[in-house]
Amino acid sequence: MTTTVQTATGEARTMVLNMGPQHPSTHGVLRIVLELDGETVVKAEPDIGYLHTGIEKSCESKTYSQAITLTDRLDYLAPLSNNLCYCLAVEKLLGLQVPKRAQTVRVLLTELTRIASHLVWLGTHAIDLGAMSVFLYCFREREEILKILEMVSGQRMMTSYFRIGGLALEPPTGWLEKVQQFVKMFPSRLEEYEDLLTKNRIWMGRTKGVGILSAEDAIAMGVSGPTLRAAGVPYDVRKFFPYSSYEEFDFEVPVRTESDCYARYLLRVAEMRESLKIVQQAIPRIPAEGPIRTDAPGIVPPQREKMKTEMEALIYHFKIFTEGFSPPPGEAYQTIESPRGELGFYVASDGSPKPLRVKVRAPSFVNLQSLSKLTEGRLIADVIACIGTIDIVLGEVDR
Amino acid sequence: MAEKPELEQNPAIQRLRAWNSRAVSEVSELRGEITVVVPRELLLGAAELLRGDTNLLFNFLSDLTCVDRFPNEPRFELNYHLLSLSRRAKLRIRVRTSGSDPVVPSLTSVWPGINWHERETFDLFGVRFEGHPDLRRILMPEDWEGHPLRKDFPVEGFR
Repeated sequence: MTTTVQTATGEARTMVLNMGPQHPSTHGVLRIVLELDGETVVKAEPDIGYLHTGIEKSCESKTYSQAITLTDRLDYLAPLSNNLCYCLAVEKLLGLQVPKRAQTVRVLLTELTRIASHLVWLGTHAIDLGAMSVFLYCFREREEILKILEMVSGQRMMTSYFRIGGLALEPPTGWLEKVQQFVKMFPSRLEEYEDLLTKNRIWMGRTKGVGILSAEDAIAMGVSGPTLRAAGVPYDVRKFFPYSSYEEFDFEVPVRTESDCYARYLLRVAEMRESLKIVQQAIPRIPAEGPIRTDAPGIVPPQREKMKTEMEALIYHFKIFTEGFSPPPGEAYQTIESPRGELGFYVASDGSPKPLRVKVRAPSFVNLQSLSKLTEGRLIADVIACIGTIDIVLGEVDR
Repeated sequence: MAEKPELEQNPAIQRLRAWNSRAVSEVSELRGEITVVVPRELLLGAAELLRGDTNLLFNFLSDLTCVDRFPNEPRFELNYHLLSLSRRAKLRIRVRTSGSDPVVPSLTSVWPGINWHERETFDLFGVRFEGHPDLRRILMPEDWEGHPLRKDFPVEGFR
């Protein structure tokens, strides 16, 4: 940090300013060391690690099933995406197939999670830029999604609903009606947000032409998700490498080319519409009856009924919950499209009941690297818009 | 994880072999994921080839992972997960390095986005990346001693 400026008195100096880690607009505990020339950012350096809780290390001392509860805590705005990715990785390692019914429920719930996550993003991003009411509107609808999640899993946020081989519980009767109600209600609510923001002159002034990232830079930095797609690169894991039966759904991947904060806003709103389309298609595809877990003795817990009548089922149940199961030595890397971008789980096994290594490819962690590129040469106020627009979750950045 | 003849048809493996006969020391496949083990001294050249070759174009670095095989040697395994956005292809490159001298060349010149991944691996495993522009701890405090994701580091920490 050696840049200098001439002040009115002829003195040469720049100012280093700490933004965070307790700054409300840093969405958690992000610290940014800003070097300023007046109000212009010369250098912006994110400093992370304040929320590091050693989740990857903890996973190594838990059984494969126990580690699911830790994955919720990574990206706490989209816990089901993390559950899904981890489960898919372990299922890949084991070579397990998941029943169609469970797969479709997984798709439906992760898409609802995507909407909920984008709503938090929109609300907090708007509040950062001074639009208070959007926040209240967004949280109103998010609550409806959380109610559905609570109905299904018993938890609003840390659901741990997806398990290795399927789902934790049979979804309750009447839950699809609730989803149906949400699907009916939500499009008009989306219009409300757009009425408040899309043509709002202040909003456009704060976001248009701010935080531009070229497609080449984005790819070179490994940026993924809406930030990459707003730069004109149509990379969406759901389309490129479909998982959990996404290939059967009909949806578009919104892409824009302006690559500024405003484009990312429009893109995420469009993504919510697409997610809603997927949810709509998923509802009639979920059969009322059918297994929610695959039949894999020794790996997937047996049905309650069987445990009372079959000796083997009781033994398997006991073994799964006392010592876990041991996948064959090997490794698997699974990526999914989380609300923030390409989420990846690398799981390596040495043949013991505990993972040798669990590594999370956190999209927020990678995307945050591009913050310097987005903000350097711009005003401090734009830093706030840029932090908001890359949609980071510090739980996932720091792990 | 035996070598399979159809793997030799993979364009990346063919190109690597044509570039340097020693570039591919092991190939394996598990659940559709292809792993190529590259000798440490050829990593940088192999990475440049995989990224730049017009038939390969692995332009997107998805992830870098380290696995600690303690007490086995070579102790550290570095896995680079590559992705080609235009070819929709994936590849895992693996480099092994010993516990006594864990150094590998930095790939920041090939994929600038690997910067923080390498810092994280250095922070949590103590693997050093030669040629990295800013190799500092990233998640742990600056004055932290030890590398927490190593297998000989207790889960509850040193007391």
